[in-house]
Amino acid sequence: MTSDMTTRTPLPPDAATAEKRSPLRALVRWESALVLVLIATLIFGSATSDHFLQVTNVFYIGLNMGEIAIMALPLMLIIITAEIDLSVASMMGLSGAVLGALFSAGWSVWAAMGVALLVGLAGGALNGLLVTRLKLPSIAVTIGTLALFRGIAEIVLAPRTVTGFPLSLTNIGAVPIQGTEIAWSTLIFLVLAVIAGVVLHATPLGRAIVATGWQPEAAQFSGIRVNRLKFWLFVLSGVLCAFAGILFTLKNASVSYDAGTGLELNVVAIVLFGGVSIFGGKGSVIGVVLSVVVVGCLQQVLTQLNVAPEIQNIVIGGLLLISVIIPNGREALRRIRARARRSSNSTQRKALG
Amino acid sequence: MTTVTAPRFARTGSLLRVRELGIGVAILVVFGITTFTNPAFASANSVQQLLTGAALIALLGVGETMVVVTRNVDLSVGSVVGFSAYLVGDLFAHHPGLPVPLGFLIGIAIGAAIGAINGIVTTVSRVPSLVVTLAMLYIVRGIDGMVVNGHTIDPDKIPTALTAVGYRTLVGIPWLAVIVALVVVVAGYAMRSFRASRDLYAIGSNPEAATLAGIPAGRRVFTAFTLSGALAGLAGVLFLALHAQIDVTGGTGYELTVISAVVVGGVAIFGGSGTVLGAALGALLLNTINQALVAARISAFWDEAIAGALLLATIAFDRWLSLRMARSLRSAEGAHRDV
Repeated sequence: MTSDMTTRTPLPPDAATAEKRSPLRALVRWESALVLVLIATLIFGSATSDHFLQVTNVFYIGLNMGEIAIMALPLMLIIITAEIDLSVASMMGLSGAVLGALFSAGWSVWAAMGVALLVGLAGGALNGLLVTRLKLPSIAVTIGTLALFRGIAEIVLAPRTVTGFPLSLTNIGAVPIQGTEIAWSTLIFLVLAVIAGVVLHATPLGRAIVATGWQPEAAQFSGIRVNRLKFWLFVLSGVLCAFAGILFTLKNASVSYDAGTGLELNVVAIVLFGGVSIFGGKGSVIGVVLSVVVVGCLQQVLTQLNVAPEIQNIVIGGLLLISVIIPNGREALRRIRARARRSSNSTQRKALG
Repeated sequence: MTTVTAPRFARTGSLLRVRELGIGVAILVVFGITTFTNPAFASANSVQQLLTGAALIALLGVGETMVVVTRNVDLSVGSVVGFSAYLVGDLFAHHPGLPVPLGFLIGIAIGAAIGAINGIVTTVSRVPSLVVTLAMLYIVRGIDGMVVNGHTIDPDKIPTALTAVGYRTLVGIPWLAVIVALVVVVAGYAMRSFRASRDLYAIGSNPEAATLAGIPAGRRVFTAFTLSGALAGLAGVLFLALHAQIDVTGGTGYELTVISAVVVGGVAIFGGSGTVLGAALGALLLNTINQALVAARISAFWDEAIAGALLLATIAFDRWLSLRMARSLRSAEGAHRDV
C-alpha cells in the first residue's frame, strides 16, 4: 500500500559492517523476541493452569488459529511487497457462501468447493488488476472489495444458514488427524508455511518479492516484473482465502454469509506482530509462524483462565503496539543521541572559534 | 505561454474543484430516481432519516479527513465511538442530575485523550499510523469491554434532554444533522483558511519538503489525531443520543465505513488533497444509496456490494482524473518549451 507513501533512505553505509561487528546483534532480532514471548507464555500458562500443557491443546489452538494462519501467509508476502489486502476475511466469507449456496442447490460438495476456489481466484485477480493495471492504492481497493465480496456473499446466501454437509468432510474440521493431536488446518498451514519459507528466503522469486517492497523502481530496473509479481500474489491470496473459507465452513459444519466478519484486522495484526514491516521489504516466515503460535497460545491461556475476550483484545493490541514501538524506539533514541552529539559538537566549535 | 495553458488549467482545475458538486449531483440523481419510483422517498420523514443516518459517519469523516490528508489513517474511530458512548451513558446512569452539555464535554475529552495517544505514538516513535491505530482499535474496544462487562445501558437511564437531540428537529432538520453541519462548516473553513491546516496538506503532499520548509510536522500530525479522536468522542455522545441505548458493540466496524465515505468524498488516501465537505457528502451519498435500495424494494442484501462497487468506481475515476491532469500539465510544459 505504501509504495509511494514512503521515501526510502538508502541503507546507512555502516549497517552491514555494524552487523558484522557484533554477532550478538543478530540475536536481538524480532524473531528471538517472539521466542522469548512464547516461552514466557508457556511458563505462565503451565503455572496458572494444570490443563495448559496437554497435547489436546495443540489441537484446539490449531483449530482456533487455522484459517487466520493460512490467510496470514499470502498477506505476509503482499505486505512485504509494500501492498496490503484487507479483503481477506470477506473473501473467506464469500467462498463459504458460494460453497453453501451451491451445496444447498443440490451440487455435489466437491464441485461446490471447486467453484468456491475459482471465485477466490477471480476475486484475487480483480484486486490484482485494480492495483497493478489501474495503479490504485491497494488499501483503498481492498477496502472496496472487502465490502464488495461480503456484499456478494450476502446476495448469494443471506439470510439462510446452510448445514448438512457430509460428515466425512466436516470431520476434517472437527477431528484431529488420526493418531495425532494435530488439526488438519494446522497441517495444511505448516505445509504452506514451509513452502512460503523456502520460496521467500531461498529462491530468486523470494528475493524479487523483498526487492519489490524495498525499492519498487530499482526492482523494476533490475528486471523484476513488479506488476506481474504483485498481481499473482493477490491471486494467491484470493485462492488461499477461499480455501480458508472452505475449511472454516467444514469446521463449523454450517455457513452463513457473515462468517469471519472483521477477521481481516486479526490477520493483519498477526502478520505485523510477526515482524513484517508495513512499509514492505522486510519480514520472515518464521516470524509469522511464531506470531501465530504466540497469539494462539496466549488466547488459549487467557481462555482457560476465564479471561474475558475483551481483555484478550487488549493483550493482542498491546503486543502489536509494543512490537512496532520497540524497534522504532531504538531508532528514535539513536536519532536523539545523534542530535545531541551534533549540538555539543557545534557548541565546542563555537567555544574554539 | 499563458494564453496557451490557461484555459486547459482552468478546465482541469475546475473539474477537480467541483468534486463536491459532483457528489452533490450524484446524491440528487439517486434521490430523484428513487423518488420517481417511490414518491414516499421525498417525504419529510424519509429525508430526515437520510440526514440522521449519515450524520455520525459524516462527523467521523471530518476527523478522518484531517488525518488522511497528512498521509496517515485513524482506524480507532469505531472503538472510540463505542467507548465514549458507554462511558458517558454510564455517567448519566449513575448521576442522573448531570447536565447534558457536561456529558458532551466528557465524551469529547475521552476521544481527544485517545486521539492524543494515537498522535504521540505515531509522531514520537515514527510508527506507521495504520499499525498504531489498529492496535488502539483493539485496546480501546478491550477496555470498553471490561468497563461494559456485559451490561447494557437502557433508554430510561439516559436523560431525555440528550435523547431529544437524537429525534428532535430544528425547522424540520434533525438536530443531529444541524450539529454535524456546524462542525463541517467550522472545520471546512479552518481547513481552507488556517495556516496550520494548510500545513496538514503540505505534510501529506511531501513530508520531507514540509519538514524542510520549517513546518512542525510532528506537532501538526499530533493535532490532527487529537481532533479526529475528539470528533469520534463527540460522535459517541451523539450515538448515545440517537440510539438511546449502548452496549459493548456500539460503533463496531465504523472505521472502514468512514474511510469509504472519505475516499468516495474525494480525499486522496495517500494524503495531500481532499476536503471535509467532500467527506461529509461522501457519507451522505453512501447513506442515500442504502436508503434508496430500501425504498426501491431492492433487498437490503445488495447494500454492501453496491457500497463496495461504488468505492472502487470512485477511486478508479479519481485515478483517471489525475492522469488527465498530469497529461494536461505535461502538454502545458511542452507548450512552454515551444514558446
